[in-house]
Amino acid sequence: MPTLKMPSPLRSYLNGQTEVTVSGATVEQAMQSLMTQFPSLRPHLTNSVGQLRPFVNLFLGEDNIKDLQGLDTPLGPDDVLRLVPSVAGG
Amino acid sequence: MLPELSREEILRYSRHLLIPEVGLDGQRKLKASSALIIGTGGLGSPVALYLAAAGVGHIGLVDYDVVEESNLQRQIVHGTGSLGRLKVESARTRLLNLNPAIQVDVFNEPFTSANAAKISDPFTVIIDCTDNFPTRYLTNDLCVLTGKPNIYGAVYRFEGQASVFYAREGPCYRCLFPEPPPPGLVPSCADAGVLGILPGTIGTIQATEAIKFLLGIGSSLVGRLLLYDALDMSFEYVRLKKNPDCKVCGPHPEVTALIDYNEFCGVPGLDHDESSAGREWDITAGELSAQLKSGKPLHLIDVREPHELAISHIEGAQNIPLGELAGALSRLDSSREIVLFCKTGSRSRRALELLVSAGFRKVKNLQGGINAWARDVDKSLPIY
Repeated sequence: MPTLKMPSPLRSYLNGQTEVTVSGATVEQAMQSLMTQFPSLRPHLTNSVGQLRPFVNLFLGEDNIKDLQGLDTPLGPDDVLRLVPSVAGG
Repeated sequence: MLPELSREEILRYSRHLLIPEVGLDGQRKLKASSALIIGTGGLGSPVALYLAAAGVGHIGLVDYDVVEESNLQRQIVHGTGSLGRLKVESARTRLLNLNPAIQVDVFNEPFTSANAAKISDPFTVIIDCTDNFPTRYLTNDLCVLTGKPNIYGAVYRFEGQASVFYAREGPCYRCLFPEPPPPGLVPSCADAGVLGILPGTIGTIQATEAIKFLLGIGSSLVGRLLLYDALDMSFEYVRLKKNPDCKVCGPHPEVTALIDYNEFCGVPGLDHDESSAGREWDITAGELSAQLKSGKPLHLIDVREPHELAISHIEGAQNIPLGELAGALSRLDSSREIVLFCKTGSRSRRALELLVSAGFRKVKNLQGGINAWARDVDKSLPIY
């Protein structure tokens, strides 16, 4: 099953885990799987109509899914998705 | 016409002059070059020190804070002797001590839409060392509109990011992050903490990118975002592309002049302790102490992380970390008066907004957090 790497600002919603296994054949299904497993993440990642918020950047390997097929990007069992957060600290 | 180097400068920069990619001409380029560093904190410290040491002839520093004790774990341009001094003055003293031959201009003021163009005008590169989203979007838009490179770094706990956002050659910050996260989702270093060395690592990468840009050498981070994890000691990259719908650097920009970035980011302003929920929801440490002494039954909820309780705690308070509060609402009694607190009042303000939106009405936020309690009521507690 694909893996999703979580950045530290959001790990508190995953009980501190740095990565989780998600199910699904597309990025969209994987994100739904993630938010089903961890419902408290949902309001942070999606807007009121359930769409991913614009600041949520998902990368498959080195590529932003926006430069692939977006949420329809297919996922293989060994793929690693990475959420790149906006951080402001300096 | 590039400036000549003096005999002293030739000796000072001899290790640069030995590198063919720099050499005498490169060092003269650096002497003629300029860089504006926005923020003289964790990232700004190493950036300023290394650019000064490298001989960048004209450095600008923007900050409006004073040096505080809690800065010194990472803000290495300042020292214990600078406590209470303006950060820009403290940094200028240190930089000129390191390299008296350079010019250091300081701007002791917030970097805003009103002054950004004027402050940045004389400088070739802009280095984003700020600690907040409004200034990051302002810096980005300024760089896009003026055609300058934005040398970006950001840190959080053990993780850092670096890139060069240069719209003439690649994507800008808004291409990657069209909008900021909602206020409160990503805690600041003051709330979440940061490994002191982390901004050193990311800041030296920013300084490296600045020097490479000024010399015109190497492959830059344009179009790449570096993701550094100190715990794993991993350096990974992701590819960044120009967003054709980017509102500032795209072909049909909506942002053609600087805007109100506090409004854009949904934050109240420069004072991080100002409550967006309004002062009527606040209680001061003195008021809370008086109410507890009078025997008023209050439910004190500490929304800090469990490991922070070892630093300081208030007797009788229940610990429910902010991230777990939403799942704990059903266990709270909304008929009881609740007082929320954290370290400084910002996390508990978000907790308050969560409770109020869930229908709680008898709820207060301890203004200034447990640090205010330690300052005004229980002086045996440390402030952190």
